[in-house]
Amino acid sequence: MNDTIASLKVGQKAIICDIAIEHIPLKLLEMGCLPGKVVELLQRAPLKDPLYIKVNGSHLAIRVETAALIEVRPIETGTLKL
Amino acid sequence: MESNLKIALVGNPNTGKTSLFNQLTGLNQKVGNYPGITVDKKTGTCRLSDTLNAEIIDLPGTYSINATSADEDIVFDTLVNERNPNFPDVVVVVAEVENLKRNLFLYSQIKDLGLPTLLVINMIDQSKRKGIQIDLTLLAKELKTKVIPISARKNIGIDELKKVLLDYKSLNSEPVADISEKVRGFFFEHIKDAFPNYSIYKSWLLITQEEVINFLTPDLQGKIKHFRSWDHKIKHFQHKETIYRYQVLHEILKNTYVVDRTKGTDLRGWLDRILTHKILGYVIFAFALLLIFQSVYAWASIPMDWIDVTFARLADYTQKHLPQGTFTNLLTDGIIPGIGGVLIFIPQIAILFFFVAILEETGYMSRVVFLMDKIMRRFGMSGKSVLPLVSGTACAIPAIMTTRNIESWRERLITILVTPFVTCSARLPVYAILIALIIPEKSFLGIFNLQGLTLLGLYFLGFGAAFSSAALLHAVLKIKNKSFFIIELPNYQLPSLKNLGLTVWDKTKSFVLEAGKIILAISIVLWFLAAHGGKKFKNIEEIVTQNSTSREKNLTPNQLQNQIDAYRLENSYLGNIGKAIEPVIKPLGYDWKIGIALISSFAAREVFVGTLATIYSVGDSSENVNTIKQRMQLEKNDEGKPVFNFASGISLLLFYAFAMQCMGTLAIVKRETNSWKWPLLQLFGMGALAYIVSLIAYQLLK
Repeated sequence: MNDTIASLKVGQKAIICDIAIEHIPLKLLEMGCLPGKVVELLQRAPLKDPLYIKVNGSHLAIRVETAALIEVRPIETGTLKL
Repeated sequence: MESNLKIALVGNPNTGKTSLFNQLTGLNQKVGNYPGITVDKKTGTCRLSDTLNAEIIDLPGTYSINATSADEDIVFDTLVNERNPNFPDVVVVVAEVENLKRNLFLYSQIKDLGLPTLLVINMIDQSKRKGIQIDLTLLAKELKTKVIPISARKNIGIDELKKVLLDYKSLNSEPVADISEKVRGFFFEHIKDAFPNYSIYKSWLLITQEEVINFLTPDLQGKIKHFRSWDHKIKHFQHKETIYRYQVLHEILKNTYVVDRTKGTDLRGWLDRILTHKILGYVIFAFALLLIFQSVYAWASIPMDWIDVTFARLADYTQKHLPQGTFTNLLTDGIIPGIGGVLIFIPQIAILFFFVAILEETGYMSRVVFLMDKIMRRFGMSGKSVLPLVSGTACAIPAIMTTRNIESWRERLITILVTPFVTCSARLPVYAILIALIIPEKSFLGIFNLQGLTLLGLYFLGFGAAFSSAALLHAVLKIKNKSFFIIELPNYQLPSLKNLGLTVWDKTKSFVLEAGKIILAISIVLWFLAAHGGKKFKNIEEIVTQNSTSREKNLTPNQLQNQIDAYRLENSYLGNIGKAIEPVIKPLGYDWKIGIALISSFAAREVFVGTLATIYSVGDSSENVNTIKQRMQLEKNDEGKPVFNFASGISLLLFYAFAMQCMGTLAIVKRETNSWKWPLLQLFGMGALAYIVSLIAYQLLK
């Protein structure tokens, strides 16, 4: 299974590779969540959902079901500086 | 002086757009409704020069012109529909320094509509502290407009903005991002040919929105429908367009916008960790709620009592000093108590909105949404439903208006449907007098006051009913759930007093006007029904005087008058109605007088006490609860038992907790849902629940 935002650890950064266009609201893209951008999982809500992410300068909260549709490639900490 | 220049303010939420609006217009603001729908329309006038006033329209905050919520529909329609009365001559896009790229995304869309558009960068005073440098000249050139740096809170750059606005005709209308080339050439060639009078982006928007396009000519509507049938491609193109816009902006900002990341503190991260902590987060939220409830009920009681007394005195005064007649009666028994009944809620509403405004301005509300979303979703609602449910403790009407930013229609609908269960302030006077009547003033376990506990219990009952019915609706509603939730967690900031003050003023005013109209109208109708009657109604004074003086000799004129009033009410149309429904409510333990109070409560629940006061002929002694209370205690039914006993009292409390007795709320639900189906469901659903629960309670307890 591929990594998605939902499978990141708190504090982990990743690059967005693919977004399931058919299922993702346009609004999320419009708020800066785009392929090629770095996304960081800042926090999970106390009940594990929603997720608090930072992407493209925006601080957003999205639900796990949405996050699970956004495929990412985790960045190995230390090897790449962004 | 003419006011013919229309200026629209558009921007992302949290950019300080409202601060700018307040700065430009001050108290010259109006809140109204857009025709047909209920989104508050905020306009104000601003003096641009000695000879020109401009009308400023503050549009709801949005991230994109593609509309996904009721608020955003307004932005779309105002900017695209040239027949909209607010269609602007010039658009000011408000951005802020830190999130410039995302702000510019909206700018680029609006610019491409072909309207004269200029860009304002707010909070410019913070750029140094945040290590941000912007090449404004180059940015203006790349964005094909004028860019004005301002700080709305510190009143920096406002005069410069006004100057540029005066010269708006010199702004060019070229697009920033030519989507037709990059996104999909030939498709857009077709569009261009079909709509020669519109900018390519505007045509594209008309095609992609599911919204009404009935302002267009039939010919154009037909063309739009034709293009819309290419459905599967449209969504794909919209994504490509979004990505393309960000590419263009990325290129522009690469040369004009530099951030030194070593600057800036991590106050935000620290606060986030505390405020959304798995234990502390909920504890802090609970304290915030307690503080709000405490202030709404404890602090507000002082001005509320004052308003109550003032209106009672005013009615008294007019009755004594105006010539007797129908008009005076209408004034003293209908209009003045009616207006008083609305105004009495101002303190609570104002205090509530003050706190809500603080929660929102500081950025805390978004954290609550984040914290509560999962819990609320189990009940078919959203984290964004917390605010309406909390606001509902003051009044359901403004609470329902705050549901507009909930994206999912299903979640929004459930929130709207259950909010009226929350114990609103109009139920309080009813609860207060009934509890005083039937619950002994004893303490429980030595510390808890039994009456207080009962009141608290009724609050929990209200929330409990809201959540249970939400769970029920969640299970049975067959609306396709396009579950979707995004919220921005903005930077924390100190609230500005000016903004707080204006928000409170604004919301309170719109509440008074909205609810006031309805409550006033119903008060007048009630007065009419109580002041007129059939045959027996005529020679009432003689009948009562004869009967009474023959029975009891030593009646004071006051007692006699009270008896006349009581007899008059019994034989008025209102009395007839009460008698007519008595068989239905008898199993609940109520008599016809309570029936009248129930009916009049449909204007507003708190009318219950006033109506009973009139019925039990204690005159207008709303300031003197003891008298009403004593009268109610003395009231006996046919069997000689007190009317207000424990069983009927509990039954009444439950009835008021569950029944949908509020015309104002029904009206607002009708407008927000755009259908009679949902308010009628509330009326009959909640009514049936109230009836059944009260019936069971009375039959078990009696």
